[in-house]
Amino acid sequence: MKHANGRVMFSRMLALMALMALALLVSCSKNKGTNEESNAAETKATPVDKSQVGTVEGTVNFTGTKPTPKKIDMSQDPVCAKKGENTVETVMGNAQGLQNVFVYVKDGFNGTADAPTTSVTIDQEGCRYHPHVLGVMAGQTIQIKNDDNTTHNIHPTPAADSGNREWNESQGPGAPPLEKSFGRPEVMLPVKCNQHPWMKMYINVAKNPYFAVTDADGKFNIKDLPPGDYTLAAVHESMGEQTQKVHLDPKGAQTVTFTFGGAGSSGGK
Amino acid sequence: MFVVCATFLLLIAGGLVTSNDASLAVPDWPTSFGSFRMPRMVGGVLYEHGHRMIAASITVLVFALAVWTWISSRQRYLRILTALAVVGVIAQAVLGGLSVLSANWADPRWRLALASAHGVFGQIMFCLLASVALLTSASWRAEPASMLPAEDAGKLCLWTGLLVCMLLVQLALGAAFRHVWTKWGPAAAERIPANRIVNMFLVPHIVNAILATAVLVVATAMVMKRAGGNRNLRLSAISLHVLLLAQLLLGMGAFLTRVVFHMDVPQPQSALVFTTVAHQTVGALMLLTATVLAIQVRRALPHRATPAVKHAAGVQKAVTA
Repeated sequence: MKHANGRVMFSRMLALMALMALALLVSCSKNKGTNEESNAAETKATPVDKSQVGTVEGTVNFTGTKPTPKKIDMSQDPVCAKKGENTVETVMGNAQGLQNVFVYVKDGFNGTADAPTTSVTIDQEGCRYHPHVLGVMAGQTIQIKNDDNTTHNIHPTPAADSGNREWNESQGPGAPPLEKSFGRPEVMLPVKCNQHPWMKMYINVAKNPYFAVTDADGKFNIKDLPPGDYTLAAVHESMGEQTQKVHLDPKGAQTVTFTFGGAGSSGGK
Repeated sequence: MFVVCATFLLLIAGGLVTSNDASLAVPDWPTSFGSFRMPRMVGGVLYEHGHRMIAASITVLVFALAVWTWISSRQRYLRILTALAVVGVIAQAVLGGLSVLSANWADPRWRLALASAHGVFGQIMFCLLASVALLTSASWRAEPASMLPAEDAGKLCLWTGLLVCMLLVQLALGAAFRHVWTKWGPAAAERIPANRIVNMFLVPHIVNAILATAVLVVATAMVMKRAGGNRNLRLSAISLHVLLLAQLLLGMGAFLTRVVFHMDVPQPQSALVFTTVAHQTVGALMLLTATVLAIQVRRALPHRATPAVKHAAGVQKAVTA
């Protein structure tokens, strides 16, 4: 009888320990992301001499025939079908310019900078994201709006080892904007809506404020960059990343051209 | 049997959720968008909330089945099986709920593991409920039509059991491939290159498919040769061959639509949804049939026979001699 009681006690203790271990594991994994984000936000900034800063501008071109935007079917949600366009968000831009390329200072800037206090906005309108590619600095606030008369869910999926947290939240029609931020640098962080599977966008989280997203003509402009030698990178959601070395004199201006597609492309990511 | 049919519908609904990448269309659980009211059933919500509604109905049915069994039957194994079904259906609901909630956890691998486990455990539950249906059926209550020869019983048990194990491994590999591809593949977050996902999960899935096919052929050939006179065993063996043919064709279709033609870009297309859901569903039917065959084989073992059956078998043997 004593043996039986002992065995019952032992199994109960084992079960309790397993539960505690599971709870600890879950709580540890939950805390990891928030700690890393707060660490990034606490980094102190080194002042930049504003009198010496310059500009890097340029164009991202695409050689070859631009693919026709793929058709999408929004009939799953009548609100989207009524309002939205029936082509994918990935647009290539006008003429030879390549739109939605994230251009950023990858290496060479050794200082630190505070995240801007102003927020950037993602708007869900016509069951599409506006913009399709967004640049933001680590720790900077992203305001997410829903201007559609339907519910969306916003679901960023950062890389497992990026230090950024994945999250998934819904936003109904007329709901107040969501305010979010990512603490760690990461390029082409995908965001999707599981309710409307054609809705996909990318957030680029930069470690410094020197970045830009190309416009419809493929043009970009990075302002207020301190003089120095830099590695400038241009990354496209499906055509991968290209880099170039850039030297910027005090108060200087540099023009850089990237070419994707054909021989100029570095291939897919 | 009604519960088994309803669970079959639930498996299809679950497959539609994954193939349409709609599992996170409703970000919370157990509520949907913060309440238990019916949300607007459009887009991915139609699949995800629809799946939840069918699952809730089946949970009620399984509870009712267990209560009814405990009241009406004194068979110990039936009571244990239905109690297991109740625990299993709750565990399955929790797994599904955690796979939704884990989208907000720090380590995204949890979500892949939980979603894959939810897919695998759903089919195990399907087999468990089918076993209850089998054990309470009129044909089960009647004595078996014929017994297996004693010298073959061990081999038949081994091969039919091995077939169930191989199909479970096949299911786990398929579920892992599907969830990793859908959530981290080229059509989604692009976190793992397509060829790496193929090498990690699809190649083992194909290799195991070849091995499982070989085991299926050996097991069913043995059943037909040694126990072809048993109608139930014969039916299960033939059904497995028909399902195998359909499954191989659907597997090829799923491979073409997902891996070769990328029909999940820019959104899941009908051909991809059909082939992948049908492949998963026929796989579930194969696992179920193999489980039923394994149970039937064990039922027809000589040492399990009642005196009446042993006597009948003895008479038959004497007549044949």
